[in-house]
Amino acid sequence: MTNPVAVVSFAQMRNVRREDHRNEVEMLLPVVSEAFANVGLTKNDMGFVCSGSSDYLVGAPFSFVMALDAVGAWPPLRESHVEMDGAFALYEAWTLLCEGEIDTALVYAFGRSSPSDLSRVLALQLDPYYMAPLWPDPVAIAALQARALIDEGRATEADFAEVAARSRRAAKNNPNAQVSGDFSPETLLSEDYVVSPLRRHTLPPISDGAAAIILAAGDRATELVERPAWISGLDHRIETHALGARNLTKSPSTKRAAVGAGLLPDEAAPSLEVDVAELHAPFAHQELILRDALGLTDSVDVNPSGGALAANAFMVAGLTRIGEAASRVMDGSARTALAHATSGPCLQQNLVCALSAERPGAGGARG
Amino acid sequence: MSEDDGVLRAPHVLEYEYKRSVGPVIGAFMTGLKEGRILGVVSSGKVVVPPTEYDPESGADTGELVEVGPGGVVTTWAWVTDPLRDQPLDHPFAWALVLLDGATTGLLHAVDAGSADAMSTGMRVTARFRQLSERQGHIRDIECFTPEPAGNAQ
Amino acid sequence: MTAPEVSGEESVTTIVTPIHLDYRYTAGLAQSRFLTGISEGRFLGQRCPRCNKVYVPPRGSCPTDGVATTDEVELANKGTVTTYCVVNVPFAGQSIELPYICAQVLLDGADIAFMGLVQEIPADQVRMGLRVEAVWVDPSELAPNLASVKYFRPTGEPDVPYESFSQYL
Repeated sequence: MTNPVAVVSFAQMRNVRREDHRNEVEMLLPVVSEAFANVGLTKNDMGFVCSGSSDYLVGAPFSFVMALDAVGAWPPLRESHVEMDGAFALYEAWTLLCEGEIDTALVYAFGRSSPSDLSRVLALQLDPYYMAPLWPDPVAIAALQARALIDEGRATEADFAEVAARSRRAAKNNPNAQVSGDFSPETLLSEDYVVSPLRRHTLPPISDGAAAIILAAGDRATELVERPAWISGLDHRIETHALGARNLTKSPSTKRAAVGAGLLPDEAAPSLEVDVAELHAPFAHQELILRDALGLTDSVDVNPSGGALAANAFMVAGLTRIGEAASRVMDGSARTALAHATSGPCLQQNLVCALSAERPGAGGARG
Repeated sequence: MSEDDGVLRAPHVLEYEYKRSVGPVIGAFMTGLKEGRILGVVSSGKVVVPPTEYDPESGADTGELVEVGPGGVVTTWAWVTDPLRDQPLDHPFAWALVLLDGATTGLLHAVDAGSADAMSTGMRVTARFRQLSERQGHIRDIECFTPEPAGNAQ
Repeated sequence: MTAPEVSGEESVTTIVTPIHLDYRYTAGLAQSRFLTGISEGRFLGQRCPRCNKVYVPPRGSCPTDGVATTDEVELANKGTVTTYCVVNVPFAGQSIELPYICAQVLLDGADIAFMGLVQEIPADQVRMGLRVEAVWVDPSELAPNLASVKYFRPTGEPDVPYESFSQYL
């Protein structure tokens, strides 16, 4: 690992319940264009392009190939794709930049949840022999985790409502959020259960969206922006897919990823302090599990964007956490930040990205 | 197809049958279901249910298969008022992770408890298998779990 | 690992796990314009403001430059066969007679070829540079899908020399 890498540009589409005028390419194009325009670059300046999306949302194979029209793939690009959230595409781009062969990369993500029934599509990410044939929807699976947390005495339904209320209030300052406003936890708790113990406010909204980030390495980053958001560490860990073999109330992979990203000295470290943490917690109770795994102190500003409870474009929300956290470093309001992304049922796999206003020293970043 | 905004929309169905080869471990579990038995696999001092080919934590080869259940304990649950298409039951039910007697890990399935009030973490449930003639060697050979009569409580 | 003795029952080696997913597909702005044109018996493309190329069917973005294609361009009903193949393989649900010709047709005014069948000419007489025109279904059967274009047939015009379309191959 040689070159330090930074986020130098972030753009996103306003998240909506249903974008069904424009298709994925038409939706993505202005976002990619804005990301380039922020730093005066074009696709010809990119050493690498990597995207995150899912064919299951589109209902068509190789849908990410068509999305390249939004970038312009001639002359041929060095390009890759992950059938995952764009945060994981960023991880791939980051490793290539660290190597030193290239010094700029475009990462983008897009997803329209509206064309399909997510409760059906997401059942297919589960074990195909033992679980998927029962067609459990993601709310049901998350509800099992929420109840386990309540049973252990570590959280209450009122705590979930507090998370939702705080997120929606914060989202009032986010023009790209879908759900925002002032709601008292008491009002939220009066909602009916969707799948007990989860009520509507504990669930993520269903969103269509797109986002793009431009990464730059070393001096290239400082040439492009005044305050690059340096990635001081990046790590991704995965737990078993056998749901019944996991302790759903803890997130050991998040903790291990935080150690790998250099935010914790070891797994026994009791607390972690950064100015801002953008956590990808699609369900309210998951924010509590992540806070616990990371050991976030009370001084950390968690999800100033409103987080995934305010907008959750599937395949985009994780990359958006990185962009939102990086934005606060780039605008000078935060010196240190943490962005988290998740994938799989009940926080099965987790990525932690450490961001800093300070350029990492020689030897680059941890990861 | 058009909704007065000039944009064309159409329904589109993706449908595949998918015949999956299961291998010796999952195959043994499915064969066991056909026989009305639930099997787990011995692995590093645990009994993993449903059985995996490799240990979920260490990745080591798993060992011999052993019978577990058919009764067990609910370790967590969630009440469904409005079942979705293809879910195990078409009336309100609970999803649950069931720790079968003899197992170390939980099996996901449905509990036909009648009402949310009848559900509690720690309650005992037992598997209700389909009729022999309806079993195919499939996780749905277990129709659901049902609360064990109170006399069986531990 | 060892499988247990599973007495009586034949071992299960496969399971069937059917998948059914419903989608509501959106053609998007550019494709909707194209399909609307098809339902009117016209070929509509879009031009890239940067490289000036006309794409048909349009996808809203220029695949070379990554910018929105803006201007709508109506293309001629005829064009040139740039390349083709003779298909001898039957397929499920086939109604067309074998062998049949599948061709790339560069419609007059377009910068990218369009795929279609070529008929009303013996298979062994089809050639690169052949001038063809689209044959549409009856006006009453026109719909926003490509079944509205039945096939392309020779116009009788002289062949186009290779040099004029070689860059479109």
